Amino acid sequence: MKTHYLNYVAGLSLIFLMASCGNQGSETSQVLGGSAAEQAYVAPGEYDEFYAFMSGGYSGQITAYGLPSGRLLKEIPVFSKYPENGYGYSEETKAMFNTSYGEVPWDDSHHIELSQTDGEFDGRWLFVNGNNTPRIARVDLTTFETVEILEIPDVAGLHCAPFITENSEYLVSGTRFSVPIPQKDVPIDTYKKNFKGLINYVSVDPEHGHMELAFQIEMPGFNYDLARNGKGKSHGWSFLTTYNSEQEHSLLEVNASQKDKDLMAVINWKKAEQYMKEGKFTERETSYFHNLMNEETSIAESEEKTLTKILDPKECPDMVYFIPVPKSPHGCDVDPTGEYIVGNGKLSADMSVYSFDKIMKAIEEKNFDGEFDGIPIISYEAALDGIVKKPGLGPLHTEFDGRGNAYTTFFISSEVVKWDVASKEILDRQSTFYSPGHLVIPGGETKKPDGKYLVAMNKITKDRYLPTGPELAHSAQLFDISGDKMKLILDFPTKGEPHYAQAIAADKIQPNSVKFYDIENNKHPYATLGESKTRVERDGDEVHVYMTAIRSHLAPDNIEGFKVGDKVYFHLTNLEQDWDVPHGFAIQGATNAELLVMPGQTRTLLWEPKRPGVFAFYCTDFCSALHQEMSGYARVSPKGSNVPLKWGLNEKLRENEQAAHDFYEKAKQNANIGK
Amino acid sequence: MSLKQKSRLPQILMLLGVLSLGAVFLFPLWQITLDAAQFPGGLKMHIWINKISGSEKNIIQNINILNHYIGMQYIEPDSIPELKYFPLVAYSMMAIGLISLVLNKAWAYLSWFIIIAILGALGIYDFYLWLYDYGHNLDPKAPIKVPGMTYMPPLLGEKDLLNFYVTSYPHLGSGFLGLSTLLSFAAFWVKRKS
Repeated sequence: MKTHYLNYVAGLSLIFLMASCGNQGSETSQVLGGSAAEQAYVAPGEYDEFYAFMSGGYSGQITAYGLPSGRLLKEIPVFSKYPENGYGYSEETKAMFNTSYGEVPWDDSHHIELSQTDGEFDGRWLFVNGNNTPRIARVDLTTFETVEILEIPDVAGLHCAPFITENSEYLVSGTRFSVPIPQKDVPIDTYKKNFKGLINYVSVDPEHGHMELAFQIEMPGFNYDLARNGKGKSHGWSFLTTYNSEQEHSLLEVNASQKDKDLMAVINWKKAEQYMKEGKFTERETSYFHNLMNEETSIAESEEKTLTKILDPKECPDMVYFIPVPKSPHGCDVDPTGEYIVGNGKLSADMSVYSFDKIMKAIEEKNFDGEFDGIPIISYEAALDGIVKKPGLGPLHTEFDGRGNAYTTFFISSEVVKWDVASKEILDRQSTFYSPGHLVIPGGETKKPDGKYLVAMNKITKDRYLPTGPELAHSAQLFDISGDKMKLILDFPTKGEPHYAQAIAADKIQPNSVKFYDIENNKHPYATLGESKTRVERDGDEVHVYMTAIRSHLAPDNIEGFKVGDKVYFHLTNLEQDWDVPHGFAIQGATNAELLVMPGQTRTLLWEPKRPGVFAFYCTDFCSALHQEMSGYARVSPKGSNVPLKWGLNEKLRENEQAAHDFYEKAKQNANIGK
Repeated sequence: MSLKQKSRLPQILMLLGVLSLGAVFLFPLWQITLDAAQFPGGLKMHIWINKISGSEKNIIQNINILNHYIGMQYIEPDSIPELKYFPLVAYSMMAIGLISLVLNKAWAYLSWFIIIAILGALGIYDFYLWLYDYGHNLDPKAPIKVPGMTYMPPLLGEKDLLNFYVTSYPHLGSGFLGLSTLLSFAAFWVKRKS
């Protein structure tokens, strides 16, 4: 282990030699003492103190972990279809994947934002961005299910999203890549002339959480990278880092790294709201999709939208400013008081910390250093509060502990550095393994951080765990930050590539967690509310099977009369009303997926039988002692055959609903004879 | 003064007795708890004078699902006639209690006491018969058959039934019923002494 580690260090020695602060910290074997293990230990049957929600990066999903144990609680499917439970394959969830490009079954999820009330997490919803096909998704934290996806039009690479304001008024979402707006066929080297970047303000309905694209601000063609919103006194303002203010379009790693300073956008969104009210926007025709899970039917519905409202900073004075930030900033983080804004210039040797009060004063005194495309550039010196000198190499992201300290990840020097926000003094540094991207402290971006733990999410794994071939899980390290020095207490692999994560006290979510869906509220049009209502109906070559599941049988479990070429819809209602009794449904020859149906829920699988025969179907969730018996047969006859549609459960197969009703009435009487 | 007060005491006791009887509509008579590893907190079934409820809304469905594996009959409150006529009996006894209170005679209190005591004993015997029936009258086609095994829950006490540890004890409603019986006897006693 140690040799490998040293090899790795040697491999990056050139970079490390550049670091004046090349403190590589202690070896992990020394750090993980007995007391550290105890701190991360959550005894069997006990609960973690926090939920940590990690984005999945290229998995497109979200994972929920417990802290401090690092135990994986659930993978929540969001932007990627998930055959494991039928998300994106069932008829009810297909519409979640609709976009202006058609069905897009995957995305790259980056930044988790939990809903906030008065600058604190309220545990209601979780928002996450899809990077590649610009989208924002909402997860309901009572069910841990994706319930809404909104496409963002005319942007490219929605990386700078979905950063939330302190009362969840808006999700601020900027484009990573600038593109021609509206899209048109132009030579790429006309970038400077034709390419623009949109910053989107997505409003969140305070009662239901529904998202709506409120307005877009048309900005110069930079790359908008990350953002944070003000809090407390700076509430009403957004801060967004940019890179490529060189406005280059090729070999960005060199060409977009030439300027000493790039620009941070500072947006007064209250002012923008005022301009919207005054009607100072222009409308543009476009196309984007809004997909929403209907709470009553539990069916996702898609709506295409065709208009956006755009504000132009040139027409709207005092709405947008720029501030210079040293060399290609990445993260841009606001401390719990709302006064300090940290610009992490990833190629800079120092970190610039800005003061909100000074920014306001500079704006008031018009202390500007020129302008870019009509947008005033605030003087760097006037806005600057101070500089953290030589903190490390490659600063990316900063979070806060609520005790006046900031914690910044350094990608190149592979460490987390703790520093004092007011004095800019460096207090501690600890190595991570290896090269951290984001870090998360529970509530670390809110007004009231819970500064007990810190998780660094690393981009490089190499020798941290037993090898698994060329592709490795990403590693995360958990630090106890309650003392003066950060202490590594746990190391755990994660799913996909977590970028940002947010963590929240368990007691803000646990009491509201839904155990099962109340079947009395099931308004699904194909729900079968009781075994006596099970039936099969044919409409041309469409066949609808109204099926129920309850321990330990599917009803009906014998069906005849399907024909090759039919489109068979199995509408399975789980009649259970108890916690943790899902039933599954799988049928041979299905070319899509299976269904996993929660108690009280209805889900539909389309099956298109391709050849005659008798095909088995069964419950895929080991639901009960007689789970293996929970199965049935579907008979498929050749196209044009006259085998009638018949179905049943432990009876002579029947052909109509009245027979089914009579059967169950008789069964009920039989059951009562003994009394 | 003190004599007058004393003469009122039996009526007050009887009134309290009648009110206690009314409390059977507010609290369950019996609680049967099924404990097993997979059911944290246990499944608690409450038997009332007029209904069956439980620690969760769907308790009967969930117990029925478990019971059908061993061939027990479905518990269907609608087909248990006692849940319909027991409340009428209770209302009648409350009415008779009020009449005895107006009569304010020792024999009236004593009669009421004897009737309620007999009814209470009959109620418990009836409950026992139901438990016996549920526990012994099993479907011969049950998926799980354990030779010689029956599943009658204890009337009073605790018992292992396959994976469940079953606990059966009176609940608050029975307490009030007992209290009502004692109060009527006290009314009789005080009246007779005076």
